[in-house]
Amino acid sequence: MKQFTFFIRKEFLHLWRDRRTMLILFGMPIMQILIFGFALTNEVKNARIAVLDFSKDNTSRGIIDEMNASRYFDVGLYLSQPAELERAFQSGTVKLAVVFPSDFQYDLLHGNQATVQLIADATDPNVATTLSNYATGIIMDYQAAQRGAQPLPLSIKTEFRMLYNPQLKGSYNFVPGVMAMVLMLVCAMMTSISIVREKEMGTMEVILVSPIVPIRVVIAKMVPYLILSAANIGSILLLSVFVLDVPIQGNLVLLVSECLLFTITALSLGLLISSVANSQQVAMLISLMGLFLPTVMLSGFMFPVENMPIALQVISNIVPAKWFYYIVRNVMIKGLTFDYVWKETLILAGMTLFFMVVSVKKFKTRLE
Amino acid sequence: MTSAIQVDRISKRFSSGKEGITALKDITFNVAKGELFGLVGPDGAGKTTLFRILTTLMLADSGTASVEGFDVVKDFKEIRKRVGYMPGKFSLYPDLSVAENLAFFATLFNTSLKENYELVKAIYQQIEPFEKRKAGALSGGMKQKLALSCALIHRPSVLFLDEPTTGVDAVSRKEFWELLRGLQDAGISILVSTPYMDEASLCDRVALMQEGKIMDINSPKGITENFGKPLYAVRNSNMYELMQRLKTHPAVESCYPFGQHHHVVFKNSTLSEEEIRSLIAPLAGAFEVRRIEASIEDSFMKLMHQ
Repeated sequence: MKQFTFFIRKEFLHLWRDRRTMLILFGMPIMQILIFGFALTNEVKNARIAVLDFSKDNTSRGIIDEMNASRYFDVGLYLSQPAELERAFQSGTVKLAVVFPSDFQYDLLHGNQATVQLIADATDPNVATTLSNYATGIIMDYQAAQRGAQPLPLSIKTEFRMLYNPQLKGSYNFVPGVMAMVLMLVCAMMTSISIVREKEMGTMEVILVSPIVPIRVVIAKMVPYLILSAANIGSILLLSVFVLDVPIQGNLVLLVSECLLFTITALSLGLLISSVANSQQVAMLISLMGLFLPTVMLSGFMFPVENMPIALQVISNIVPAKWFYYIVRNVMIKGLTFDYVWKETLILAGMTLFFMVVSVKKFKTRLE
Repeated sequence: MTSAIQVDRISKRFSSGKEGITALKDITFNVAKGELFGLVGPDGAGKTTLFRILTTLMLADSGTASVEGFDVVKDFKEIRKRVGYMPGKFSLYPDLSVAENLAFFATLFNTSLKENYELVKAIYQQIEPFEKRKAGALSGGMKQKLALSCALIHRPSVLFLDEPTTGVDAVSRKEFWELLRGLQDAGISILVSTPYMDEASLCDRVALMQEGKIMDINSPKGITENFGKPLYAVRNSNMYELMQRLKTHPAVESCYPFGQHHHVVFKNSTLSEEEIRSLIAPLAGAFEVRRIEASIEDSFMKLMHQ
């Protein structure tokens, strides 16, 4: 036991003296949460739009004011000629243009029907669709407000209720994803690198020629990263609650224990990699290509698994991050209890056990 | 009395490339208890592979070996309790301090610096003033002393030192060998390898290795005495031309550069110094020649060409 605690202390010393790596390890999750939260978002906020109003009446002005007041749009350009539209789009300063024909209000009041044209820059189809949907919504709301108490004789009204994420915030989606990414990176990559470093430096040779069971030295290496990951889990959760306003709906204890389970999964993967790789570069490449990429691509965090070809859907089942992502989303965002995620937890635990057993079995007591 | 190390027809091949490399071929030797035994040979002679087999890090293809009576394959756990190993590569933690490194290796063997201070005292005292310094910031000689302290901290009965003096300055090398002598007095058997021929003479016995084979095993004195033929050192102002001429001369058996001289062995070993003088005179203008005692390196060169 004294040996074991001493080894853990030694690992902490290694970590503590490598300030740059430490800074990356602690800074990375914070940076990622902030970058994903504020920069890399597919929500549309304050998009600049152009207005070409041939009518200039109360109704058209009312609609424009409504749009300007919403947090989605910013009227940045008032045009007077159709030719200017093209130029505005080409310069890229506007994403959407709203065109009111002449006699807009007259047509609406006398002909019972008027048309507004929405022209969107569809270079990014998602943004174009989102913007035109928002604009349509605002116009519809305006119309409903104007109509006031006189309902149309026959009409079907759709009512939305966005469950679990009423404000349709992207952060609800990526907080679990970033967590999976960071834990994979910190645990799997860092443990494998630090074990392989001992091989590269030749210290492993000396450790092997000693009475200690070498696997203990390796297990001791996992402890600091486990603690480090716990700190990272804490900082991610704190940031998401207090900075990104993503509430934790489910049981905090359940959430944290699921995170720790995934941490151990990642650690055992790191151990497995270290038994295969003989140089730090190889260890890094394997962790990046074999773990990090699938975590990003196949866990469902970037792209929904349901949309993938069948082959990829099957492959995604062996990506531990997929299960972790599912669990965290359900516990943290939907607030489900353990009854709903026990199956996924069991799969994750089974994977962990499998990796552990394989890597301990594969661990060499000799150099070859 | 059993030997400290017993090696019996050990062979090892590496299957790299198409044909593979024979690293060791039928190596057989014994190291007696308390002996300082040297493995001398150039890089690639198979010294490190032999060390790895004896320290249970590698398995031989054929042959058997034992350390302190324990088989290197079956009883590897017993061997790992009893030996100290210092690999050729600097194998300490450069980011840990001198004291931390030593404490780590002591803990590895379930002991502490306090328990075995007497044994490592002579060595450790020299680096003790730098206890707080990072191992990576030590000089080559001090690194080796620290590595030796780490290998000794658990009072091993057999010490394996793989090229401990490579890359170390001449003064530190000399000190290092004196330390080894001291350890021998403490009853530790030592197997040490070195590419430096001059260090071979400091061992009790040496094995000259070349391309995975042992060419000769003897005491350093025995090896030089076995050289057999008289040896001459020759020099003049145009060493290159002299070499060419000597090499092609029918009376010359072998000739090779050695420091500032060429060492020459003649086919006829009964030639007097006068006869040799007259033999060389037509080949070189003003020259110097004198008879010398063969060194281990001369023996090595001779064995290599046989």
